[in-house]
Amino acid sequence: MAEHTRAGSRSLPRLLMSPAVITLFLWMIVPLVMTLYFSVMRYNLMQPEQTGFVGFENYSYFLTDPDFWPSIWNTLILLGSVVLITVGFGLAIALLINDPFPGQGLVRILLISPFFVMPAVNALLWKHMMMNPVYGVLAQVWTFLGLKPIDWLTDYPLFSIIIMVSWQWLPFACLIFMTALQSMDREQLEAAGMDGATYFQKLWYLYLPHMARSISVVVMIEVIFLLSIFAEIYTTTSGGPGNASTNLAFLIFKQARLSFDIGVASAGALLAVILANIVAFFLIRMIGKNLD
Amino acid sequence: MKLNRMLAAIAGSIVLCATATTQAATELVIATVNNGHMIEMQKLSKHFEQANPDIKLKWVTLEEGVLRQRVTTDIATKGGQFDIMTIGMYETPIWGKKGWLKELKFDDSYKVDDLLPAMRDGLSADSKLYAAPFYGESSMLMYRADLVKESGMEMPNNPTWEHVAQVAAKIHNPDKGVYGICLRGKPGWGDNMAFLSTLVNTYGGQWFNMEWKPQLESQPWKDAISFYVDLLTKYGPPGSANNSFNEILALYNEGKCGMWVDATIAASFISDPKQSKVADKVAFAQAPTAKTPKGANWLWAWALAIPESSAKAAEAQKFIQWATSQDYVNLVGKEVGWGNVPTGTRQSTYDNPDFKAAAKFADAELAAIKSANPADSTLEKSPYTGVQFAAIPEFQAIGVAVGQQMSSALAGKTTVEESLKTGQEAADREMRKAGYYK
Amino acid sequence: MQSSPNTNTTRLLIRTLVAWAVALLLFFPLLFLAVTAFKTEGQAIAVPSLWVFTPTLENFYEVQARSDYLTYAWNSIVTSVVSTLLGLLIAAPAAYSMAFSPTKRTKDILMWMLSTKMMPAVGALAPIYVLYQYASLLDTKFGLIILFTMSNLPIMVWMLYSHLKDIPHEILEAARMDGASLWDEFRHVLLPLGMGGLASTGLLCLVLAWNEAFWALSLGAAKAGTLATLVASYSSPEGLFWAKLSAASLMAIAPIIVFGWFSQKQLVQGLTFGAVK
Repeated sequence: MAEHTRAGSRSLPRLLMSPAVITLFLWMIVPLVMTLYFSVMRYNLMQPEQTGFVGFENYSYFLTDPDFWPSIWNTLILLGSVVLITVGFGLAIALLINDPFPGQGLVRILLISPFFVMPAVNALLWKHMMMNPVYGVLAQVWTFLGLKPIDWLTDYPLFSIIIMVSWQWLPFACLIFMTALQSMDREQLEAAGMDGATYFQKLWYLYLPHMARSISVVVMIEVIFLLSIFAEIYTTTSGGPGNASTNLAFLIFKQARLSFDIGVASAGALLAVILANIVAFFLIRMIGKNLD
Repeated sequence: MKLNRMLAAIAGSIVLCATATTQAATELVIATVNNGHMIEMQKLSKHFEQANPDIKLKWVTLEEGVLRQRVTTDIATKGGQFDIMTIGMYETPIWGKKGWLKELKFDDSYKVDDLLPAMRDGLSADSKLYAAPFYGESSMLMYRADLVKESGMEMPNNPTWEHVAQVAAKIHNPDKGVYGICLRGKPGWGDNMAFLSTLVNTYGGQWFNMEWKPQLESQPWKDAISFYVDLLTKYGPPGSANNSFNEILALYNEGKCGMWVDATIAASFISDPKQSKVADKVAFAQAPTAKTPKGANWLWAWALAIPESSAKAAEAQKFIQWATSQDYVNLVGKEVGWGNVPTGTRQSTYDNPDFKAAAKFADAELAAIKSANPADSTLEKSPYTGVQFAAIPEFQAIGVAVGQQMSSALAGKTTVEESLKTGQEAADREMRKAGYYK
Repeated sequence: MQSSPNTNTTRLLIRTLVAWAVALLLFFPLLFLAVTAFKTEGQAIAVPSLWVFTPTLENFYEVQARSDYLTYAWNSIVTSVVSTLLGLLIAAPAAYSMAFSPTKRTKDILMWMLSTKMMPAVGALAPIYVLYQYASLLDTKFGLIILFTMSNLPIMVWMLYSHLKDIPHEILEAARMDGASLWDEFRHVLLPLGMGGLASTGLLCLVLAWNEAFWALSLGAAKAGTLATLVASYSSPEGLFWAKLSAASLMAIAPIIVFGWFSQKQLVQGLTFGAVK
């Protein structure tokens, strides 16, 4: 093994890894322990004089919230849809613009731009300028086509959120896939072309295996970010109507930032960590082997 | 005037020297909401800095929701990031009672008696003033005089909701892009629930009875919410369930709303020809009533307060005194225009002929503010203060939860009865958790 | 390729048209935002939307007059650039050792790193706020840098790892056979080959830090306010705000967008030699 020819090569990898591992460990453990502590205490910012150990009361309060199970469901739907949309369209777009065509550079620039928009602006932009049923752009298009404008945020609240979030994350997927495509083996592709392989054969046997790791990375990173999305929801629908667009992160946000109940919010945060771990567990089984 | 301020400044600096607190320059960090009047204050504050060279001002301007979360976190954890906070009529009595705010004691030149009594009471706890009102507002009916006239109807100065519904039916004309009435629907305790609380009040309802039990399943709530859902579904614009002040303002200024019941501050926007297409066609009336005029219109103030933890309380109070004084109102009147002065705080503003000439909504606004009484705004006796809210810490959570249910009813996803039942359960959970009853 | 030049041209034409259509569709909301920045508040809410109007710079003047743009921009630049560099410095060695000397536990460590991001930010706010207050890090650029670095670190390790994994092992082994030192290996093999990965990872983390709003708004205020704070001071006041918010947003995202455009060109064009075999 080549690695063993260098002296000290066993400890070197550990040495190189330690700064990241140690700092991340500290960064994780301190807030985690504090959150654990808060989650079993009565701690409301608005009533700091009420303190004391409450056991699992905060957990049971959070779990018995009628919005809890719908919010888990909404979280998963939001997550699944956005990942499917961004990976699917992201791959399609990356493949579409991989080979040169007039204006390729400019098209790339236009495509990745939405990723640079701040989430809060994204939400306001879609809510007011695109989706408003009276003066939004989409309503104008619908009217122009002779259709009745759709009241997006009222009738399809979760779907509207999915559109906004996908719009933001699609460029991310595109960018990663575009860079990954750059390292495709051209000779191999040409050889396949010579052998008369159809486009879909090339896609299935050459492109997709090559992209597998990038896809895994995009999925994993998006999952982590999407599990904790709440700003877009707060700005557009406030989780409504009813609980139609309430996800777990927004439920925690309501406890932490609208009720200022740190105890319940901490309990909710730990439940969210558990959910994230469950999702990650299944993900690893599905795509984990691509990481090797 | 100028001389006065110079003298005050000199006197101020002498006092400061005497107490030996002067260093180079004291920096005050002011957290404020990004509404127009505050932006004006920030621009004009150079006058204050010139008069007080030993004080430097640092501004943190945020939107309402973010600001509220930010200052609440900071004051509750004693973070000490801000020397002056802009807070509302909801927070002030709660925080004042907890001892989180410094009591404000102004000298005679401030004319504390000039403050409108409703404002002063709403910003006090145990009759100590904890925040000085910067601008105040109530709610009223704003309507299109042209449309009402065309339809052959009339709008009295004190309309009933029944009458408003009739007018809405007459002027509703969606084919021409005019909707009979626009009202708030976006969930939030400061959004749809601010309006709905006043509607429930005038239908004779209340948030809590004297045992602190939530009353959402009582008859007045059912009547009020059914009326609201019915009215907006028939004569409201599409997308009402996500509309709050700004969304409706945009609709109104585009000429899409026949009537609108909302904050009096809207009057200055919709009658401004620079942004409103219907500026010359608007007229004003008092907020509509149903069973009782009590609590039919809300009362709100944005006010400046000093956190107890601030080490620069003397300088902070000096700034607050400047920003909420009669002189400041005059300064805005002279520099910016009398139509743009912060209103709703001082009787002297409404006595000023310049202001009366510039603002045609002045009388309606003053009448609305004077008729609101946070201490007595429900037909049955209530244990809480506040017109469109209950000044208890739990109310934000309850207001948000109930607000979501109301938007669901408005969107037609649930019936009014179901929504109120779910809202009642949510409110009950919250009150139990806080230990109001077992 | 056996296809006739004619079908090739048709294909190219279709591909070009589709690509442009998709790009313009996705870019449209942003274009709308940019156009709105040059309208008055009244024009911004007009129905139907105006496309022909006299542009005004009023909104930009207003934003500049009200808030000191350069201070916010400087804070954004410092916090995002420093946190990205710091993150790369910590992440690169870790990713290197995971990619080239994997052990049984490598995958677990990778997963664990990502799991440090699983706690929703809102849930962790109270602990962090209290900690920062004790450490006097509230409203400091340094505090934000630590936060951005740590929250982007797992992503950096992940992305770098995946990029380094793409580098064929044989190249490294060949270099080592030739007696290259660790430094030579780094300088002549890893750096050129891994540059694409480093650059795209850096760019993404830069964007994430630049756009980070929750922590920036919760922890920074007067002294360490980033451009996210600037935007928050124009969003949703009482009254019409679309034109001014658009102008503020445009000013807030302009630097990162321009930077992104340039580096993207660099990324995709300059690094095709990364496909060494």
